[in-house]
Amino acid sequence: MSREDVLVTADWAEKNLGTEGIVFVEVDEDTTAYDGGHLPGAVKINWTTELQDPVRRDIVDKGQFEKLLSANGIGNDDLVVLYGGNNNWFAAYAYWEFRLYGHPNVKLLDGGRKKWELDGRTLTTDVVSRPSASYTAQEPDLSIRAFRDEVIDSIGKKNLVDVRSPDEFTGKILAPAHLPQEQSQRPGHVPTAINIPWSKAANEDGTFKSDEDLRELYGQEGYDEAKPTIAYCRIGERSSHTWVVLHELLGQRDVKNYDGSWTEYGSLIGVPIELGAGK
Amino acid sequence: MTAGCGAPDQGVELPVSTDLSKETVLAGRVVAGGQPVAGAFVRLLDGTGEFTAEVVASPSGDFRFFAAPGTWTLRALSRAGNGEAVLTAGGPGLHRAEVAVG
Repeated sequence: MSREDVLVTADWAEKNLGTEGIVFVEVDEDTTAYDGGHLPGAVKINWTTELQDPVRRDIVDKGQFEKLLSANGIGNDDLVVLYGGNNNWFAAYAYWEFRLYGHPNVKLLDGGRKKWELDGRTLTTDVVSRPSASYTAQEPDLSIRAFRDEVIDSIGKKNLVDVRSPDEFTGKILAPAHLPQEQSQRPGHVPTAINIPWSKAANEDGTFKSDEDLRELYGQEGYDEAKPTIAYCRIGERSSHTWVVLHELLGQRDVKNYDGSWTEYGSLIGVPIELGAGK
Repeated sequence: MTAGCGAPDQGVELPVSTDLSKETVLAGRVVAGGQPVAGAFVRLLDGTGEFTAEVVASPSGDFRFFAAPGTWTLRALSRAGNGEAVLTAGGPGLHRAEVAVG
């Protein structure tokens, strides 16, 4: 897959706003950003309440995904362009979920809200209403999703890429530094995991680094291109960002996102945990 | 439901659960020509210049991070320009800095 199959630029997006067959979707954990101003014509998806099951801890199932897309007027033939705040973390998670349920034509707005805002491009508070559609999803593609047992079985075998910040990796803190440190599970990382923070794959304005820079980065950090890969973070959204890099931009074949991530692994009884730099 | 990774509201007041005898909080305001800049993207970089976290400043230009003692760089990106400030936190508590952009 080439870069143009995965990303659209802000220029491209601006020229294609309102085009029939293209649906812009803002994805955030907190949709107040959307409500304060969004791309003209874009609909919103709430990561917390619409991409995850409201009761069980899991992503939405096929039926829930179909209902969500249908209600937002997204058809199977539409090109979906996802964007959001937090350097596209939640948009990348949505991208992974759209791929999981087999949506053929989905892209990310490179740089997300941040670049759009820094560029001074138009945002609007107009209410967007699209006529509902009838969306049919595919069965989930589990070749891109890892579960806890596979992670344990992969210790010392696969590339385990921990994309959290170095302080989270070593066990110094339990959550990113912009959040209160309120989690109760054990700190640390999966033994043999390599720490390549998601942020190293992004430029300051939120755009992805060039393919060449990305290859060099992962090569330097001990990533073995010949091995299958599982990426994880704390709750699975930063690792979606890295999944996009490895699977979509760099075309690595066997790459899975472990969306249970550290909040699941670090709470399991009896699993091995490593503290410190681990190298 | 697991608490998410999105940045919480960057208000001036800290959450009531914050224990400043244990936690190291870095807080401040983004300004241009002495006036607050709303909605700047504020990046926290560690002592080696490595990215640690990012938040969006509040309408009053305020931001905060829950970090650790050490020397940090606060880098702000905004429509009014970019800028940075260095903040050294010797220990737990509330440490404040102003970041001028332009």
